Amino acid sequence: MSFVTVSNVWQAYGGRSILERVSVSVEEGEFVSIVGASGCGKSTFLRLLLADERPTRGEIRIDGGAPAQEPNPERGVVFQRYSVFPHLTVRENLIAGEGFATVLGRLRGARRRAAVERADAMLERIGLNHVADHYPAALSGGMQQRLAIGQAMTAKPRVLLLDEPFGALDPGTRVAMHEFLTELQRETRMTVFMVSHDLEEAFKLGDRVLVFDKPRRDPQDPGLFGATITYDFDARDGGIPFQNTLERYPTLAVG
Amino acid sequence: MVVLLVALPFVLVLIAYGVASDMRLAVNPADKLLPAPATIAETAQRLFTQGDRRTGDIVLWKDTFASLTRLLGGVGIAAALSLSLGMIIGLLPIARAMLSGFVAVVSMVPPLAILPILFIMLGLGELSKVVLIVIGITPFMTRDLAQRVLDIPHEQMVKAQTLGASSLVIALRVALPQVLPRLISNIRLSLGSAWLFLIAAEAVASDVGLGYRIFLVRRYLAMDVILTYVIWITLLAFVLDWLLKTLSRRAFPWMEAGL
Repeated sequence: MSFVTVSNVWQAYGGRSILERVSVSVEEGEFVSIVGASGCGKSTFLRLLLADERPTRGEIRIDGGAPAQEPNPERGVVFQRYSVFPHLTVRENLIAGEGFATVLGRLRGARRRAAVERADAMLERIGLNHVADHYPAALSGGMQQRLAIGQAMTAKPRVLLLDEPFGALDPGTRVAMHEFLTELQRETRMTVFMVSHDLEEAFKLGDRVLVFDKPRRDPQDPGLFGATITYDFDARDGGIPFQNTLERYPTLAVG
Repeated sequence: MVVLLVALPFVLVLIAYGVASDMRLAVNPADKLLPAPATIAETAQRLFTQGDRRTGDIVLWKDTFASLTRLLGGVGIAAALSLSLGMIIGLLPIARAMLSGFVAVVSMVPPLAILPILFIMLGLGELSKVVLIVIGITPFMTRDLAQRVLDIPHEQMVKAQTLGASSLVIALRVALPQVLPRLISNIRLSLGSAWLFLIAAEAVASDVGLGYRIFLVRRYLAMDVILTYVIWITLLAFVLDWLLKTLSRRAFPWMEAGL
């Protein structure tokens, strides 16, 4: 039984097809990169995974559960921008990752002290402990995205969704963020979906790369057909499959 | 240097007034239209310190207290009302569909035109004056606050949902804190209109208040008293504005972190 199951999902806005016949199953702990040209529905696919939209047909299940009606704590998300709360300090943003789930959105007493401790541990982990009491507006783009990832992790989601998380960063910061994310994913074995328009990034980070494209085109009516997954690459071992088969299955060796 | 630049226009206006007043008084020493600055200062000192000959009360302080009570009452009620309405309209699509058109139309009603209705229905007491201020500034503030709630990026709402936030938590912890600074700046903008409505209502029907006093002494052409009151009202308005600005800066440090 696979962890995330997308079965025959279609999405159309007012007669204009965006996605059609999308089916994919993903194992727990896999890092899936999603690439494709602009407007081919990769962000729509992420919003469907997020349950920010409901598909017109088909369903998406996480660990066999019922299809979600709206975004919930099973899913963590990091957008390109606006992922952190500007009116909360860096530490408060992390505490919000736990506190927002309570009735009034605030933690008190012992629970708050425990949350502060965990937040400080996370700050250490994401390298932001020196700016704990600053507001996000005073942080650089890379620091804001690290905070956003840390905040999403604090709520302990089962699936982490990243929508071009490094799109607005400069190349140097981007490489540092790649290392940070790879390390974090290796540690937590979190299932990650990342939309990217950078092929190199997609193959470097992902265990698997899904390519979205339109297999059918109607020149008279461009909105008639939607996009679907046209390629599903195995991106492990630098994108060259089977090179480690012998190491993995020594019994296959001849002699 | 900056202080000099700030002071310059004030000094120029004072000099212009002094010269004009001097010219008129030279022609007619009994002129009442532009009293000499010294006369105004004398009158101001009398108004602020000497009590009424019959009752012993200092009229100016009584006027100030009455007017400020009405003004702050009206502005306070308007702020509370517009904050709750604005949040509801901004956050709940059903409320938006129902109320936003209504608020847009109500905000077009000229408040002074319904002042007679208020006097007829609520009497000539305090209530009608406070209600005039509330009716005058609430619709505009409501529309602006609702728009500010709508301007909060959708990503933030989704993010809050993925952190497990209910609609109540989104309202209290995401929308409200980001709208409050806007409320303060709205109050600052509305104070001008609020003073206008207050003085208009007091001029028409009242027995105490800053606006009432100005329109009362107009009958005696007492320009020195009127000017003292005008300067005093300006000073009060300026101090209120400054207090709100300071409050906003203290209470919402995150607003300035990005600047």
